[in-house]
Amino acid sequence: MYKLTIEENTYSCQPDETVLDALLRENVNISYACKKGTCHSCMVRSPDILPPQAAQAGLKNTLKKHNHFLACLCHPEQDMVIKLPDQSEFYTQGTVVANEMLNRNTLLLIIAFKDAFEFNAGQFVNLQRPDGLTRSYSIANTPQESNTLEFHIRRLANGRFSEWLHDELKVGDTVAVSEPRGHCFYLPERSDQGILLVGTGTGLAPLAGILTDALAHGHSGPIYLFHGSREVEDLYRIDEMRQLSRQHENFHYVPCVSGHHVPEGFGHGRVNEVALSSLTDLKGWRVFLCGHPEMVNQMKKMTFLKGAASADIYADAFLASPS
Amino acid sequence: MTDTQNNGEGIMSKPLYERIGGEPAVNAAVDIFYRKVLSDDRINRFFDNVDMEKQAAKQKSFLTMAFGGPHNYTGEDMRKGHAHLLKMGLDDSHFDAVVENLGATLEELNVPQELITEVVAICETTRNDVLGR
Ligand code: HEM
Repeated sequence: MYKLTIEENTYSCQPDETVLDALLRENVNISYACKKGTCHSCMVRSPDILPPQAAQAGLKNTLKKHNHFLACLCHPEQDMVIKLPDQSEFYTQGTVVANEMLNRNTLLLIIAFKDAFEFNAGQFVNLQRPDGLTRSYSIANTPQESNTLEFHIRRLANGRFSEWLHDELKVGDTVAVSEPRGHCFYLPERSDQGILLVGTGTGLAPLAGILTDALAHGHSGPIYLFHGSREVEDLYRIDEMRQLSRQHENFHYVPCVSGHHVPEGFGHGRVNEVALSSLTDLKGWRVFLCGHPEMVNQMKKMTFLKGAASADIYADAFLASPS
Repeated sequence: MTDTQNNGEGIMSKPLYERIGGEPAVNAAVDIFYRKVLSDDRINRFFDNVDMEKQAAKQKSFLTMAFGGPHNYTGEDMRKGHAHLLKMGLDDSHFDAVVENLGATLEELNVPQELITEVVAICETTRNDVLGR
């Protein structure tokens, strides 16, 4: 019999029980449905130890890496600490060390921490205002770059949170930052695989992190980044990306503009359409999508139809609100 | 020897789900099958508004069921689960198209014809529930 610990509470898991059985018997409020590993409703996390392999069957590699597992398939092999998906989060205080504009409406915000902040490039965190208002933002840098997190924040019309970040927050102020979340990140494996990154607006943030990470790991397959917006003025980091593509033969950067005025050197049209017409066969590719929810949904389907395996298509769910 | 696993024809045999290869077979089939369904203009409109990621899990449930594997769905669940599609005009022709795509998927994976016939027979047992009759 093993102990299961959730926050302050400890439960016992009988020898023939799965973690889900035990928690349901103990009346723990956990979501579940099929009870046989298909629906993934009961996915939880083991923050400190590797869960049994059988309990990770069918999960995306990035979820496995962070010790996510299915409670309904898990017969514990030792005592376990369990984190439920909606469990209250642990916040760390960081200090703003830079805030400057990347273009006419996008703020670059860099927050520094006393200790190393562990994350994978491409994950997101929740930022919290002193009054408790919270929003999710993707991390734009990689963990190798000192104890800082970088964010790209677009000013939204009447967006209370983005206005606060743009207008009030100053260098030296502190901000509460949650633990990193999300499974949209690069894993250093299959390094000759093609990688397709498609983003609109500040969807560039996680993609830039993933790109830096992949290049730093010596990814040798072709990497394509398509970054789009309506007008050229809403793109950013154009010169840096072009510079990177000159330094790395396998990295191709295509900024796209869907509006009327399209300067030379830019793709014309919606970023998803430009990407799909440039790359016709995505069999064996890894795909990362970020930005406008409609674009993301459409691209999930289209890249799948063009051959990418569903397990190789990454997009984070929180982006349902336009960022 | 016991005869608990006789399949009625007097041949000792394991359940279909095991003979077809269990969960690995489901995993091998799911992308191929769903790609066919989404590319099939006869039926893809029924899948327009479903989230790809959630759908992948549901397709696995579908395949597990069709392969005779363990599942908790009742006929009533099948009725409820497809009721909104009836309003969109779901009928026998769409049902046939889904089964056809499933058969083509299994052929592509070199599953023997006898097993495909068994899978199709299992699908048939759900026809009236799926079509709300
Ligand atoms: C061959 C018989 C069929 C079986 C055994 C079957 C089985 C299933 C199962 C198990 C689910 C998942 C339910 C859930 O967990 O929520 C499902 C969902 C679904 N099925 Fe079927 N199905 C069949 C035929 C069809 C047909 C003919 C169509 C339409 C052409 C169809 C369209 C759908 C759709 C769109 C969903 C997802 C509903 C949603 O997520 O909103 N199915 N089916």
